[in-house]
Amino acid sequence: MANDTPLLSLRGINKSFGPVHVLQNVDLDVRAGRVTALVGDNGAGKSTLIKAIAGIHPFDSGQVTFEGKPVTIHGPKQANDLGIEVVYQDLALCDNLDVVHNMFLGREVKSGVTLNETTMEKRAGETLSGLSVRTLKSLRQQVSSLSGGQRQTVAIARAVLWNSKLVILDEPTAALGVAQTEQVLNLVRRLADNGLGVILISHNMNDVQAVADDIACLYLGQMAAQVEKDQVSSQQVVELITTGRSGDIGMQDNSMGGAA
Amino acid sequence: MSAQITEVDVPSAGDTAGIGQAVRDYFARVRGGDIGSLPAVLGLVALVILFGVLEGGTFLSIFNFANLINQSAAIIVLAMGLVFVLLLGEIDLSAGFAAGTAAAVLAVVLTNMGMAWPIALLAALLTGVVIGLVIGLLVARLGIPSFVVTLAMFLALQGAMLLIIGEGGTIPIRDDAILVVMNGNMPVILGWVLAVVIVGGFAIINLLAINRRRKAGLAAESMSVWAAKVIALGVLVVVATYLLNQERQLATANVVIQGVPWVVVVILGLLVVLTFILQRTGFGRHIYAVGGNREAARRAGINVKGLMITCFIFCSTLAAVAGVLLASRDNSVSPTTGGAQTLLFAVGAAVIGGTSLFGGRGKVRDAVIGGLVIAVIANGLPLITQQSGIQFVVTGLVLLVAASVDAISRRRASATGR
Ligand SMILES: Nc1ncnc2c1ncn2[C@@H]1O[C@H](COP(=O)(O)OP(=O)(O)O)[C@@H](O)[C@H]1O
Ligand SMILES: [Mg+2]
Repeated sequence: MANDTPLLSLRGINKSFGPVHVLQNVDLDVRAGRVTALVGDNGAGKSTLIKAIAGIHPFDSGQVTFEGKPVTIHGPKQANDLGIEVVYQDLALCDNLDVVHNMFLGREVKSGVTLNETTMEKRAGETLSGLSVRTLKSLRQQVSSLSGGQRQTVAIARAVLWNSKLVILDEPTAALGVAQTEQVLNLVRRLADNGLGVILISHNMNDVQAVADDIACLYLGQMAAQVEKDQVSSQQVVELITTGRSGDIGMQDNSMGGAA
Repeated sequence: MSAQITEVDVPSAGDTAGIGQAVRDYFARVRGGDIGSLPAVLGLVALVILFGVLEGGTFLSIFNFANLINQSAAIIVLAMGLVFVLLLGEIDLSAGFAAGTAAAVLAVVLTNMGMAWPIALLAALLTGVVIGLVIGLLVARLGIPSFVVTLAMFLALQGAMLLIIGEGGTIPIRDDAILVVMNGNMPVILGWVLAVVIVGGFAIINLLAINRRRKAGLAAESMSVWAAKVIALGVLVVVATYLLNQERQLATANVVIQGVPWVVVVILGLLVVLTFILQRTGFGRHIYAVGGNREAARRAGINVKGLMITCFIFCSTLAAVAGVLLASRDNSVSPTTGGAQTLLFAVGAAVIGGTSLFGGRGKVRDAVIGGLVIAVIANGLPLITQQSGIQFVVTGLVLLVAASVDAISRRRASATGR
């Protein structure tokens, strides 16, 4: 693994919703310039983990280090200020707003008190061009009139519009066809090649094999293992996802609190 | 991958081609669920023609035209406030009595305490702010549904009004500055100045916007569409101003009544300012975002609770303005001011104008168009039938039609998406 300090580092993270202990002593390291695939079965706590990194709901306990400095992330604005951008599983788009409005939502460019629509539209157009988006008829189209793939692209474009350092994508290919999946994966790879840290949540082993550098596997809210992709086979990853262990990798003692 | 970048077809420079394209764009928006206020405008025209044919002499009289403005003014302003709350997907059932309570405060300060009108006006507006703040805090902080909170306020404010007005039952308003708003007309020449300002302002603002987009290399509205819009507005404004500038007193009286009613200035001023807030500021944009997808707005770092409280304050404060208009129109404030169908007509006006009850869609101008539709029905039907029951039934049906249009266009939106 790279020698430098991780871009994002989580240690001993806990998170409960009422009586449900969703995340238990989770550790995670994300390095710049690498794609970290976060895998795990449905309900393992992947979305919960990244929502907390994004400041949607705070962790109950544990340390978060970003660029070597300890941080506490209280809200989405603060996560954005650090350079963390998230493409949510549900995309979090406003159907009644157009593409430009969605991309700049909460961070509108203004001149005085008025919105600077021309600047926003130009920057949105440039970003989409950079992502090879070829299917949007108009940037002033309401998001409600877009197809699933187009909506996914808008959500991703929103994340890369800013000078982000860490981009998190929650199952970005789940609803896409073959060609669009390929496009999104290429994009993910390119983000990392440009020096960003990327967390890619995915169910799809092909996706993981295609773009991941590191693989972190959550099993029932515990981090079963974080390994480099080259050290494990697809078969082993599947075992990690389904049982939390694979040979001498993963949780050796399958009781509560026994994170690797 | 990089080879594909050359094939990028993100819409770029160049104007949208003419009026045909503009019409096609509109239908594309309708398919996306944004039907706008076109049905209401068509309905308004249809109603005017219908009543004109059936009861031409009386309905189309100049006197009646000014009357129509007078009847709709308070409902329009109330509906403007409701648009802010409806955009969030919330409701304010207490706005009618917020208007009444503010009017009662105005009357007490003005008549009973004998203070100057600016102080009375300020007190009335402040009443609206406080009512909105209370509603907003209860809805946003405690999470009580706005339907319940404002239903409670509906009852409580009705009581507050009775207490403020006191035993007398009715408080007269005698202050000229307040009375002139709903009873006075502009000098004829000033009416024409206003007309020029409206059309000229509209033309210049839109022209500047087109230029700004062209300079930035973005697709802009074509000049033919711009000209068509300016001419359409110009014709409308000139005809209205001309009609209102005619002598409209009944032959039996010997005073001259002509000119554009002053309240038109109030409504136009609110229309411009509130439209600016909703369409051109970050605050306005965030209102639409919260109405469209509250969770997405929250994740985008928008202060959803603060925004909701502000919108309820807008609604109740505009209701207070409507209350002042009601007091001015009736020359007095009584416990029924702002009661009866006032609120229902205002909600109806916003929805008929094209504001969605599901949140996220609507404009301030919807309130104006919808308010006129309601006023035309209220004004035209009594000329045809003496039965007031029919008026309620018809108004109810029109509201139902508007709500159906809203629901159907929303269904179509979710059918096209994804
Ligand atoms: N807001 C919430 N309130 C209560 N429980 C939640 C909430 N969000 C997630 N959970 C629970 O946390 C667990 C992990 O969910 P999630 O993080 O969405 O899993 P994943 O994304 O890995 O499929 C699930 O059991 C889910 O029911
Ligand atoms: Mg998930």
